Amino acid sequence: MNKKLIRWDFWTGVTLLAIVVFGLFLIYPLFSLFITAFQDPETGAFTMGHFAHFFERKYYYQSMINSFSVTTCVTVLAIVIGTILAYFMSMYKVRGRNMVEICIIISLLSPPFIGAYSWILIGGRSGILTQWLQNTFGLEFPSIYGFSGILLVLTLKLYPFIYLYVSGALKNIDSALIEAAESLGCSGIRKVFTVIVPLITPTILAGALMVFMNAMADFGTPMLIGEGFNVMPVMIYSEFINEVGDQANFAAAMAAIMVFITSVIFLLQKYIVNRKSFTMSSLRPIQKGELHGIRNILMHAGIYMLVSLSLIPQLVVIYTSFLKTRGAIFVDGYSLDSYRTIFSSLGSAIQNTYMFSTGAMVMIIFLGMTVAYLTTRRKSWLTEVIDTLTMFPYIIPGSVLGITLLLAFNDEPLLLSGTAFIIIISLVIRRLPYTLRSSSAILYQISPSLEEASISLGASPLKTFFKITAVMMLPGVMSGAILSWITAINELSSSVILFTGATKTMSVAIYTEVIRASYGTAAALSTILTITTITAMVIFFKVSGRKDVTL
Amino acid sequence: MSVEININKAVKKYGDLTIIPGLDEHIKNGEFFTLLGPSGCGKTTLLRMIAGFNSIEGGTIAFNDKVINDIPAHERNIGMVFQSYAIFPHLTVRENVEYGLKLRKMPKDEMKRKVDDILDVVQITEYQDRLPERLSGGQQQRVALARAIVIHPSVLLMDEPLSNLDAKLRVEMRSAIREVQKQVGITTVYVTHDQEEALSISDRIAVMKKGVIQQTASPHTIYTRPYNVFVSTFIGHSNLFHATVRADGSGKAVVFNDGYVMPMDNLSDEVTEGMEVIVSVRPEEFSIQPKGQGLQCRIKNKVFLGKYNTYFLDFEENMLVPNQPSIEFSQDLGHAERLLDVNETVTLKPNAAKVNVFTADGERNLLKGVVLHE
Repeated sequence: MNKKLIRWDFWTGVTLLAIVVFGLFLIYPLFSLFITAFQDPETGAFTMGHFAHFFERKYYYQSMINSFSVTTCVTVLAIVIGTILAYFMSMYKVRGRNMVEICIIISLLSPPFIGAYSWILIGGRSGILTQWLQNTFGLEFPSIYGFSGILLVLTLKLYPFIYLYVSGALKNIDSALIEAAESLGCSGIRKVFTVIVPLITPTILAGALMVFMNAMADFGTPMLIGEGFNVMPVMIYSEFINEVGDQANFAAAMAAIMVFITSVIFLLQKYIVNRKSFTMSSLRPIQKGELHGIRNILMHAGIYMLVSLSLIPQLVVIYTSFLKTRGAIFVDGYSLDSYRTIFSSLGSAIQNTYMFSTGAMVMIIFLGMTVAYLTTRRKSWLTEVIDTLTMFPYIIPGSVLGITLLLAFNDEPLLLSGTAFIIIISLVIRRLPYTLRSSSAILYQISPSLEEASISLGASPLKTFFKITAVMMLPGVMSGAILSWITAINELSSSVILFTGATKTMSVAIYTEVIRASYGTAAALSTILTITTITAMVIFFKVSGRKDVTL
Repeated sequence: MSVEININKAVKKYGDLTIIPGLDEHIKNGEFFTLLGPSGCGKTTLLRMIAGFNSIEGGTIAFNDKVINDIPAHERNIGMVFQSYAIFPHLTVRENVEYGLKLRKMPKDEMKRKVDDILDVVQITEYQDRLPERLSGGQQQRVALARAIVIHPSVLLMDEPLSNLDAKLRVEMRSAIREVQKQVGITTVYVTHDQEEALSISDRIAVMKKGVIQQTASPHTIYTRPYNVFVSTFIGHSNLFHATVRADGSGKAVVFNDGYVMPMDNLSDEVTEGMEVIVSVRPEEFSIQPKGQGLQCRIKNKVFLGKYNTYFLDFEENMLVPNQPSIEFSQDLGHAERLLDVNETVTLKPNAAKVNVFTADGERNLLKGVVLHE
């Protein structure tokens, strides 16, 4: 009987833990955010004033229009670029395709604001390219700031999502479908638009949602390169940081509006995809053809140009990190000064980054495996609730999550703001849904009779979970966890709100260094971050034995 | 170590749906007991109730005298072989077999001896250090068997263990399983929907339908003296005729609807004159006779099957129980004097000593000495 009690306790414990983590750190803060949004700061009475305030002043509601327009443009552009790239990479032989793929993944996993920052270094007011054009030809380089800059940086950063999704879908198209179309007299561009595009539309929509959510929530890019072009995350951040009067309530109201928008988009996408969804499995994938002559040259030129364009920011950052600086100005010659500076003054940021991300990763692995087990193998109404709760982080932008956590845990008895714990928790909450989804997928592949076999041989269900189920899940979960770790070290939007001096991370440090115009140190930090990212990716490919990434 | 299994009014329900309405069975110590039935009859459900993977909603299941209803699966000391084998893919063959012994904290040297022995018995010693994915289906099956037996379970449970193998291997593994089981002498419950498999491997068979046991008996009895029409048609083929009982001198006879009288000396005492019955004749229980000494019919079609010719027959409609898939006669080609042609009219005489007689509703056999539980 004693054994039975312990077994009961463990799974109940995990259930409770999951509910506590999501309830306390997601639902409760979100709830208090909504309450704050409707509260008068002085009296605490119910008011719609903050929302009215938002929609009355162009300065505010313009940010919503801006966010919407730039996000929509990014999504459309990313779909076009990503789909075309995936089409050519899947249909035709491309030289150096492995290298191309790795470059695409690197540009996806690098921190978004590094893109913004290095495009400023290249084409900003005193950028390398701007100055060169100015000095040699006397030409005026078009402004990189504002709408076009955000569009450029985010598109280059996010088209890989579409690329990865669509390549996966194209791999699943059976060549018989294409042959059937051809046998019915449909070929060329008509074949592409009547057969291939409809087949990958659900996938494009899934990728589009990822792009939209990421672009909408991105804080670093518009903050650095947006200048006068205000978008919602920046607006929320600056209103929130301004600790005058009722700004916290107003920021909360804006955050609520943003969550509302993302929820609507999320539900809309789900509705459309559900109506169109079907499953494909390919017995005979499409064979890659070869292009000849000018078409082949054009295709290769296009692909290489796109990839270099997405990699330029990384290279520029690495290059500038070795330049000699005096204060904010780069001077002639090379040096390691920037690295010396960061190791002496910002060493803790590097340490924090690794510690927080690793801590988050451990929690994600544990919770991911156990909660996925609960929701797939031990179904009950309670696990259904957990399953639903874990959908929420999809629709909550990072900066909004940061604000909700800060608002909720700023007072006794739950004074957590400023601690490392709250940053780790925010990382866990944001990444756990992805790990859970992939863990459940892995679990569905493991036959329950394996667990029953273990039990029939005398292992208790709990022992069976650790000796059989967990061991078999681990490789899949680990590779997912490495991706989570990479996203965690590059995370900015929630940590920039949650950090204090002692809990500064690298991405936050880069951001503050850039704001202080200390470009050399920012570049050195970014280089370390990029190298870490690439190293982790190499490990990921080794661990998973895969050549592609799904986020 | 091995035990007998006593199932007493066992009930299985999923919500309002009753799968097994109250089942009694006694499985003897050391016997090879097979649960046979069409898919969805509850045989796997019952097996998983014995294993502990399904809850028991009523009645009891006991190993010897010990009721196991509330003992969790991992404490029941069962060995189970799964349809999918369920070999742990991350462990080698040897580690798979050791798994249960390690949990029992067996000393190293004793464990080594036991594993060596069992690997030898199932003949997979040479593959012991391989990972399972590099084994064939038959080899995986042997690993699963070794892993289940090595822990010396009280009962061995097998859930359609051969259904994923090809026909030839199935026959081979069938005798291997049978041999190993006899060697270890362990109570075995075996689930299958394959009647040939059941007949060839079992000490006793329980035929199940809709959660109810239709008959429990030795393979021979199940085939020759089925308890009801379901068993007689599910196991092998049976041709069902309407007939009436009539007194025939000192004894009794059954009269077919075309007037042919077949004297019977093994009808039970409850059979009375004028009783409507069903006579069940197997395809091999007919013999060709001159006109008037049997049932007249027309050959509709024939199929050559090597050892046999199977003829498909046409009778007057009122002679037959309706809705039978076919009426068949198997001619043993080893002794056939004359082959029949399609459309030929022929007289076939049922062998009175072999045929079975059932009540008109098909629920009971009316011959002497046929029982539900043997």
